[in-house]
Amino acid sequence: MNICVLIKQVASEDSPLLLNDDKLTLKTDSINFVSNEPDTYALEEALQLKEKNDATVTVCTLGPESARQVLKDALAKGADNGIFISDEGIDTSSPLTIAKTISSALKDNNYDIILSGLQSNDIGFSQVGLLVAEYLKTSHASLVMGTEIINDGSDIKVKLELENGWFQWSELKLPASLTIQSGINSPRYATLKGIMSVKNKEVKEFNKNDLSISENNGYSVIEKFTPVKSKETTIIQGSADEISEQLADVLKNKIRVVS
Amino acid sequence: MKILCFIQTLEEKANNNSLESLCAAQSIAKNNSGELHAVVFDKNVAEQLKAYELNSVIYINNSELDSYNPEYYLKSLELLNNELNPDLLIFGHSYETRDWVPRLSARLDKAFVSDCVSVQFNSDLHFIRPIYQAKLNEKIKLNNQGIVSFQAGSYSTENIASGSCNIDEKSLDLSNIELKINPGERFKESAEGVDLSNAEVIVSIGRGVGKIENIDLVKSLAEKLNAQIGASRPVVDAGWLDHSYQIGSSGQTVSPKLYLAVGISGAIQHLVGMKGSKNIIAINKDPNAPIFEISDYAILGDIFEILPKLIEQL
Repeated sequence: MNICVLIKQVASEDSPLLLNDDKLTLKTDSINFVSNEPDTYALEEALQLKEKNDATVTVCTLGPESARQVLKDALAKGADNGIFISDEGIDTSSPLTIAKTISSALKDNNYDIILSGLQSNDIGFSQVGLLVAEYLKTSHASLVMGTEIINDGSDIKVKLELENGWFQWSELKLPASLTIQSGINSPRYATLKGIMSVKNKEVKEFNKNDLSISENNGYSVIEKFTPVKSKETTIIQGSADEISEQLADVLKNKIRVVS
Repeated sequence: MKILCFIQTLEEKANNNSLESLCAAQSIAKNNSGELHAVVFDKNVAEQLKAYELNSVIYINNSELDSYNPEYYLKSLELLNNELNPDLLIFGHSYETRDWVPRLSARLDKAFVSDCVSVQFNSDLHFIRPIYQAKLNEKIKLNNQGIVSFQAGSYSTENIASGSCNIDEKSLDLSNIELKINPGERFKESAEGVDLSNAEVIVSIGRGVGKIENIDLVKSLAEKLNAQIGASRPVVDAGWLDHSYQIGSSGQTVSPKLYLAVGISGAIQHLVGMKGSKNIIAINKDPNAPIFEISDYAILGDIFEILPKLIEQL
């Protein structure tokens, strides 16, 4: 069984987000880049499926040179090989173009299962895993909370999270592309042995010229900006004594939820 | 401009997020002298939609659409799109539409601007959506026909314009689909049912409380305030509280008189579920926590130092 995990490199949650004068790009030198957290759950699910079902796990990323790090991290955790797609010359603001590019790189490998995180913590369209399903004509499921290979490896049973606390089991024909809900498992850490093994694992390279992509620039990003606050916020800070006194006053005399 | 707005249904009821998106669709139609049609797979909901300001309600009468299967939903909207050639397809950004509308976007080769929170009417139509966990926004313009979805709570169903229109009933040929996806019965996991929708005061617990042993401290504050307990997703995922306490896009939506967030940083998925609260107080030691952006009172400090003293004061 062949499993592919899509991982994106994104700004860490605590990175300062400073816009350049073009109002479209961020100042990258202040950003700490990490693997998109939701994708780490997808990787862990792939590694667990591998342990149960004798599979090969490929990790794939599309991004700038720095994104090679997310492949290294995933290989150190136990993925078998990698695919690096350079984003040079590719309009990565369009999910359709991203998905076409990735699908073009993956199409000849006949993966049984493609896994990705529910959404990226940067742009957050939550589309790419599902677009890839359409381009590669696989079945799909999203918000996956559990997986189990059934019927001698021809199908997969997935637990889905629906709205308002509802769940559902769904059976999909393989190949399938699944987007994984955060919290489905506990992502592992790399072992020293794993880290040492990275240099012996193969990473295939693709760039724009290797792939057939019909770009879809169905929309344009006009600008990025800091949201205007919709309400006035009173900041309360100081010593714990000062804070608790002021907060008690707010609760008793301003909002009046306690007397 | 021709607009189709899809109304998601469950058990003969319209999904609230869909109705909110209908409100956005009405405003886009009005500002572009466009025509707006609602698309629905349920007859009863089609009847309800007749009372809104629309050009028509398109009711698709196919038994395959009685319960959700992405493959039938996809085919239906693909067929409808090819027949009607709409400039804009509009959806609520619900869990269900997130499952199938991206595929529709690829199938139709139409860009899908998902999770929008507002629309601006400039020389072009501009869609605003949050990025980087709502720390930034981006403004987007569609260059061709496209698809847009709106985040829960970004429009209010109270503002839907009423009117009257006819139902246009159609049946589609969905017979030649070889299903690869077979959804089973829906079920709930929690035996505990916690209903926070009518709570006056909610004290909500986030990852910042650190560990399960600290929950009791927050609970004693809740007792003092006669409040109910809520939680963010990481807390229920860690098993500190049952899933039924969860507030946010995968849990409950609440709008109490007071929402007191303890150690919640405010991921967008959480904010969606509580930003309608009348008063929001957040206690967090990170001055950049996104929850402060929507808070009336931002309490900057350590919850373990503040809470015991606050409980004493009350």
